[in-house]
Formats: sequence, C-alpha cells, structure tokens
Amino acid sequence: MNALARHRRLTAIWSSEPGWKGWLSTVNHSDVGRMFIVTASFHFLVGGILAMLIRAQLATPNSAFAGPEIYSQLFTMHGTIMMFLFAIPMIEGLAIYLLPKMLGTRDLAYPRLTAYGYWCYFFGGAMLLISLVFGIAPDGGWFMYPPLTGRIHSPGINTDFWLIGITFVEISAICAAVEFTVSILKYRAPGMTLGKMPVFAWYMLVVSLMILTGFPPLILGSILLELERAFALPFFQVELGGDSLLWQHLFWLFGHPEVYIIFLPAAGMVSTILPVMASTTLLGYRWVVAAAVALAILSFGLWVHHMFTTGIPHMGLAFFSAASTLVAVPTAVQVFAWIGTMWKGTPQLRLPMLHILGFFITFVIGGLTGVMVAVVPFDWQVHDTAFVTAHLHYVLFGGFVFPVLAGIYYWLPLVTGNRRFFRLGKVAFALIFAGFHVTFLAMHWVGLMGQRRRISTYAPEDGWTAINLISSVGGFVLAFGLAVVLIEVVLSFVVRHRAPRNPWGSGMLEWAIPRPSAAYNFASLPRVNSRDPLWDDQNLPVRIARGEGYLGDPASGRRETLMIDSATAEPEQLVIYPANTRLPIVLAAVTGLFFLSLLLKIYLITPLAIAGVVALGWRWVWRLGSKQDLGDQPIGHGVAVPTIAEVSRPPGWWGSVFLLVANATLFGSLLFGYAFLWTIAPGWPPPAFIAPSLPTMLAAAVGAALAVAGVAIAVRTNRNGGTPVSGLLAAVAGALGLVAVFAMMLWSAPPAAGHAYNATVMVLGSYGLVHAALASLMLIFLLARHRAGYMSQRRRGELAIVKVWTMYLAGVTGLVVPAVYLPGLVT
Amino acid sequence: MFITFTAIFVFVMALLALSFRPVGNGVSQASGERLWIIGLGLIFPAVILLCLLAYGLWIGERLLPRSDADVTRIEAEARRWSWRFSYENDPRRSTENVLHIPAGRPVDIEITTADVIHSFWVPRLAGKLDAIPGHVNVLRIEADAPGTYTGLSAEFSGHGYDNHSFAVIAHGPEDWQKFLEGEQ
Repeated sequence: MNALARHRRLTAIWSSEPGWKGWLSTVNHSDVGRMFIVTASFHFLVGGILAMLIRAQLATPNSAFAGPEIYSQLFTMHGTIMMFLFAIPMIEGLAIYLLPKMLGTRDLAYPRLTAYGYWCYFFGGAMLLISLVFGIAPDGGWFMYPPLTGRIHSPGINTDFWLIGITFVEISAICAAVEFTVSILKYRAPGMTLGKMPVFAWYMLVVSLMILTGFPPLILGSILLELERAFALPFFQVELGGDSLLWQHLFWLFGHPEVYIIFLPAAGMVSTILPVMASTTLLGYRWVVAAAVALAILSFGLWVHHMFTTGIPHMGLAFFSAASTLVAVPTAVQVFAWIGTMWKGTPQLRLPMLHILGFFITFVIGGLTGVMVAVVPFDWQVHDTAFVTAHLHYVLFGGFVFPVLAGIYYWLPLVTGNRRFFRLGKVAFALIFAGFHVTFLAMHWVGLMGQRRRISTYAPEDGWTAINLISSVGGFVLAFGLAVVLIEVVLSFVVRHRAPRNPWGSGMLEWAIPRPSAAYNFASLPRVNSRDPLWDDQNLPVRIARGEGYLGDPASGRRETLMIDSATAEPEQLVIYPANTRLPIVLAAVTGLFFLSLLLKIYLITPLAIAGVVALGWRWVWRLGSKQDLGDQPIGHGVAVPTIAEVSRPPGWWGSVFLLVANATLFGSLLFGYAFLWTIAPGWPPPAFIAPSLPTMLAAAVGAALAVAGVAIAVRTNRNGGTPVSGLLAAVAGALGLVAVFAMMLWSAPPAAGHAYNATVMVLGSYGLVHAALASLMLIFLLARHRAGYMSQRRRGELAIVKVWTMYLAGVTGLVVPAVYLPGLVT
Repeated sequence: MFITFTAIFVFVMALLALSFRPVGNGVSQASGERLWIIGLGLIFPAVILLCLLAYGLWIGERLLPRSDADVTRIEAEARRWSWRFSYENDPRRSTENVLHIPAGRPVDIEITTADVIHSFWVPRLAGKLDAIPGHVNVLRIEADAPGTYTGLSAEFSGHGYDNHSFAVIAHGPEDWQKFLEGEQ
C-alpha cells in the first residue's frame, strides 16, 4: 500500500460525515477543536462588543447611554463571557486540536466525551447569550457575591442564568481536563517519555490537574447558591446560620487558580513558539516545567488575596500576602528562561514573535502591578477601583490574548495549509498593541485617582473626563486591530497560497503530518527519541506517511491508536475508538433539558431529564467492548499488545480516577463549607442537632463493607476463571442498602430551610444518595454485561472501573455518616 | 515602590532588546541556566520580594487598630443606599450619610451592614474595609486637620451604587464637643 492509498483509506475511516451534518456527529479531535475555537471566538466578539458599550458609556460624564440596570448587565456579562465562554473554551479548543498532534497520536482519550463537552459548552453558552438578548442577563458582577445575588435582593431570573448556565458550561471544562490528563499520561508516541514530551503538554497536564481541583469549589458554590435561591436553603443568609463569606471563599478558591489556568497554557505556547522563532531549544526545560508546577501549587494558596478588605486578621493576611508575592518567583523563572532562550539563539521578528514581544511588555507590567496589589496596605487603597480592573486586563490580555494571537499565527498554516497572503498582521499588531496600552494605562491612572470599578457614570467635577475619553478611544483602536486579525484569518482559509511543510522550521511532531491537518493525524505512529524528532530526522514525515511506524496498516477499518506505559513510553494497549455518533449531542441536549427545567422551575421535567441522561449514559458505555476475546493484536515492528477491553487498567479506569479527583475536591469543598460555617458564621450552633440513629449507622457500615467486599470477590473470582455474578449480587445489595440509608437520613432530617446546618445535612445526604444510586446502577450494568457476554477472564476492564467507583462510595459513606450524626452524638 | 518597579521593567526590556543584537553569543546550556534561571529567575525576585513584604507588613501593622484610651468609637451601618453612623457617647445620637469625627484623634469605625455587602472607604483617611452581614469589622481612621472629606461605598451593590456615598466632617476639639452636646 503506497502513501496516497494509505491516506485515502485512513481518511475514509477517520473523517466526519460530509456536509454540515458532520458537525453534529463528529467525534474527531481536529473537528471538535476547531468548533471550540470558532465558538470561543464568537463569544470573544460578543464580549468585545459589550466592552465597547461599557467604554462608550464611560467616555463622557453623566452619560445617559445605558442606565445602571443595563450597565450592570453589560459589565457582568463582559466578565462572565470573557472568562467562562471565551478564555477557558479557547484553551480547550487549542489543546484539543493540538495535543494529539504534538504527542504523536491520532486522537484524545475519549472522542465522544470531547464532543459532549463541546455541546455542553455550546448549549450553556447559548443560554447565557439568550438572557442577554432578552435583557434579563445576570447583573450582580461576574463574581456574584451574595447576599446581593440572593433571592431577597435579586429576585429575578437573571442570577439563575449565571448559576445554571455556567455550571452547565463547566461540565465541558471538567470533561476536557480529564481527557487531557489521561491523554498526556497515556496517549503518546512510543518512545516519548515524560522528559521528551513537548513542553506545551507539560503545561496542559498541570493546567488540567488545576481545573480538576480548581473548578469544583465554584461548581459547589453555584449549586449551594442556586439551592438557596430556588428552595430557600440558607447557606449564605446570616440570620439562619449561613455566611456570605462562604461564597467568597469558594469563589476565589476557584477564581485565583483560574487566572493561572488561563495563563499557563499561554505560557506553554510561548515556551513552544519562542525557541522556534529564535532557532534554538528552550533554555532550562526542566526548570520551566518545575516553575509551572510550582505556580500551580502556589496559586491555590492565594485565594484570600481577593479578600484583603473583608476584615481577615492581619497575620492571616501576612501569610497570604507572602504567598501572593511568592508567585512572582516561578513567573520570573519562566520569563528569564524565555529571555535567556532568546540570548542563546538568534531571534527573528516574524509575526508570532511580535505578539510574543507584546506579551512580554504587557505581562511584565501586569505582573509588577500584581505584586503591588499583593501588598496589603496598597490593596486597601486600590481594591475595587479601576486600578484593579486595569491590572487584571494587563495580566489576562497580556498573559493570554497576545500569546494566543502568536499561537494563531503560528499554527494557522497547519490548520489551513495556506500561508498568509495579504500581510495585514503587522498593522493589526500595531493597532492592538497601541490601543491596548492607551486604554489600560489610562485606566490605571483614573483608578489611582479614585474611580471605583462598576460605577455606571461619574460627574464632570470628579476630573476623570479626559482620561476616560482617552481610554475609550484606545479601546476602539484595540477593537479595530482585533477585527483586522479576524479578517486575515478568514482570508487565509479562502485564499489558496500553499504553505511549505513545517514553515517555521520547528522540530516538533505536529509539523510532521499532512497539511492542512488530516483527520487521522499520523498515517503511522512514529517512534520518538528526543524532544525535537523532526530535527533528528528530516525525512520523518515521509516515513510516517509510508507507514513505517506503528499501526501503519489500516486494514481493520477501525479507528486505532496506542496507549503507552506512562514512564517507559513503551506500547501497552491497542485503543479502538468509537466512530462518528450523535450520542454526544443528544446527551448534551438532555443534560441541557435538566438544567433548563431547573432554570424555568418546571420541576416535573427534572426527573424525566435525569432518567434520559441515565438511559443515554447506559447506551454510551454499552456500545463499547467485544463479545469475544481478541487476544494480543499486532501493531507493527513485531510487537503485539492487548486491546483496551482486555487489560486491568483500561482508559475508563484512568478517566474514572481523575474524574473522582475532581469529585473528591467537590466533596472536600462541601466539608470545608460545613466546617467554615460551624466556626465562622454567627448563628451557630443550630437550635438542635440531628438525633443519631444507631440502626442507620450500622446499616451504613454493613452496606459499605458488603459493596466493597462484593466487588473485590467478583474481581478475584473472575481473574481465577470463575463467575463474578455472586460477588456482584452482594455488591448490588450493599449499594442498594446504602441508597436506603441515605434516603432514611434525608427523610428524618429537619426542614432544610430552617438553618444552614439542616441545609448542609440535606446536601451531604443527597451527595451520598447520588453516589449510592450511581454505584448501584454501575453494578447492575456489570451484571447485564456479563449476561450479554461482554465479560470474560480476559475482558475484565469494566470490573476494574466499577471497583473504583464502589470504593469511592464507601469512602463517601464513611465521611458523610459521621459528619451528619457525630455532632448529635457528642452533644 | 513605583521607582523600583519602573527600574525592573526597564531592566527586563533592555535584556529583551539586547537579545536581538546581531553578534552570535555562545551561551552554553549549563552556564545559561545558572545565569538566567538561578540568578535572574530565582535570586533576583526573591530579594526584591522579601524587602517589599517586610515593608508592607510594617506599614500594615502600623495601620492596625490598637487599644488606645483616646480612641473614639463610631458604629457605621450600611444599607442600600445610605449609611447610618451612631456615636458611643450617646446611643440615641445617630446621623445619616454624614460621619462626624474629631480631628487629630484616632477613631475606630465599627462597620457592618443591614443588607448586602458594602465597603467603607474614605480615600484620604484610610484604606477600605468591607461591611459584611453578621460581622463587624473595625477600621482605624484619623483626620489630621478639621475639614470635610468624601466617603464612598466601594463594593458593587446594585443599581444605586453610583451615588452610594457619604461625607466625613472632622471637627476641631471645640466643635467636636459641641457636636456631642447636640448643638450641630
């Protein structure tokens, strides 16, 4: 089979359905990545228009352009869209598109999940945009502080759009994070050990772990606030034992890592592009990776610096002030590694490099004003003024938008197969750079003069008129520059002007594939021996196309790739992917129905939607697997590996583990909230604790033990060639017992609306109930799979997955039951 | 602080600009890592930050309310969109949207709120401190000279936020005595 025939055959296997219908059913990472990028760009456009409206309003004193009601929606939605509907999805899109190409594989770990995440983002974003169109958009500021956003002070549906819409969108972030983590650890070209991995993959690994631990507090906060709004559970109402500070902790526990979640992928792009622009390798690869890890860890110790003015004791502030200034160290390591790289090589002022210079200048200023804000007395003055707004735009625009623009220009030839023709890029850069600095330097200045953020207008005698006008003019110049970028990108798709392969002379694998990128990425999977395989072997693209790597024979007609051992990077499992399907979009739509029923308070539909999700989820997993043992499969070069159904740790096991990391963080945040209210909130202890019920506690212990032991027995007997049915039946009994335990707990609990303690107990019990029900379903699913013949001594993967979830359930039970009953037992 | 940071910015930009100079400059991997990463990346910021942090802590401690016989206590309660100030010497005495304080003496403002979160801020007298439901935060302010100062709420609180402000009137000793006796 020659290279062209192989290309045609692989394209037939991997491409989406022709026409627009292909978008609905595609699960290919290149397609979904592009859909993410286009949708995120659209949201960027909307957010940008809102920014222009804000600047139009502030350009003159006593402006009557928008009243306070509309203006509140404008700035709330500007922040919300830019953070949640542009920045994060843009990162997801770029990484979804690029990661498999950089890692030398054919797709991400869970193609259907990629598509599901996209559709959740699409529908959730649409919800928020619709609220904007109808003028009922969220209006409490993008960080939504209660009690302003509680039901007393914000009775309308506006806030619900935010809480429900954003939670819906966050599903896509969690999906992407699980997917990236597993893909980076397990789906790489053979030979690519962690030390030879592209530095961008390292950054994305760090970012994904941050998403898994940073987003759950926000999701929990949104759930609690929505429960308070919809059902009067008083988590944030001080009269009933709640505390509005709890929201601030949960929000910034997410919100600060969020800044680094946005910055680190951009830094990863700089670390990738900059050495290529200087025709050299990155200086201090290991140091840069270590700095990214350090930044991630430190960023979780920073959240309180958004709360310096809430009256936290001064020594507490000192700790967080120290941590806040400390982040400057790993940031400096990266910045100087980049400058050192430029000294080491011979940098050339090509277009991506221009944007990287824009990034340097802007980001260094933003970093320095950041250190200023981290100094507590200074923050007491500038907090909640335009100075902080200007600072965060320097960090986010400098630290994110400039690198993304560099990245767009850098990878555009790979996406389009064309090079730019009209050369508008430098004009666009000049407009963006000048416009940005005029806008936000002016804003720093007016902030120091005392202009508060979020005011809708000011008086002429405040003396801010000229500066605000200058700032607005700068804003419009910036917008014009971004429009030019958009025009140029569209043109480079339209105007055929073929780019050479590897136009920048990079050494990385993404430039070894056909251009524009083929649906299958690599006709065969190369073996990698260094960080720059293309520099080692100029001929590598041809050898890949000729099928000289692994999996070069597309005879099976299936979508195949390899999983490797994380440490040695030797092939370990043969992955057979599901093909195009509409299941993701349908599941996302039904998930959307669930959220919509909560938003519109049509609770009759809610159980139907949940049942729909369960049924579709069942179908989702049922389609995988095989009814007979396939044995070890040849993958080329005389190597044979088992398929993913016939190993102890299949992709689903890895995904479950990392999903449970996020889940455990959510649960941990809930316990943190419980402890926080108990110790900090006025109005504690509650009037009465729940009377402990001995039978319930005993039943919980027995149920958990039975579930765990049952699964363990099932795994062991299956391994020894016996039937796992009796073990599974015991486990089902245990899990169903726990369903009853948590149902009893909820049944006997006092009314949840009476006190924050009762409300917390309600949420703890519900959390246990959901997990008990989920584990029961999974165990019953296993019994059905066994009956249908999908399980054997070799095909044991699904057992391993369910075992993890059952053990998690036991852990949850072991924490929820004491958390609910111990207080009553002690007092 | 501003001068130091300008100097750092100019230094970094100079390094950046110099990287474009035409002569090749054999920076080897090992010596490059030592100079750029350990020297400039680790030690340089660490030293600057330590100084800054110590400075900030020292200033911050100085701004903290200390027990002091001469302190006047005033309760400030925010609501949408007004402020009510009550004076310790006479519980019945309270003012709306105007805060009277003695000049030249430390004053502790005990800040709380009747509804949503607000923030007490008199830019010329002190930094800001939030008014949080169910909590009382204490802010020490001191006006050096008698006069009128502008006070603001600095936490977004809905559509009346633009004009959520108050006036601070600092009195000389005699006027303050008169105020307390109810003559103003």
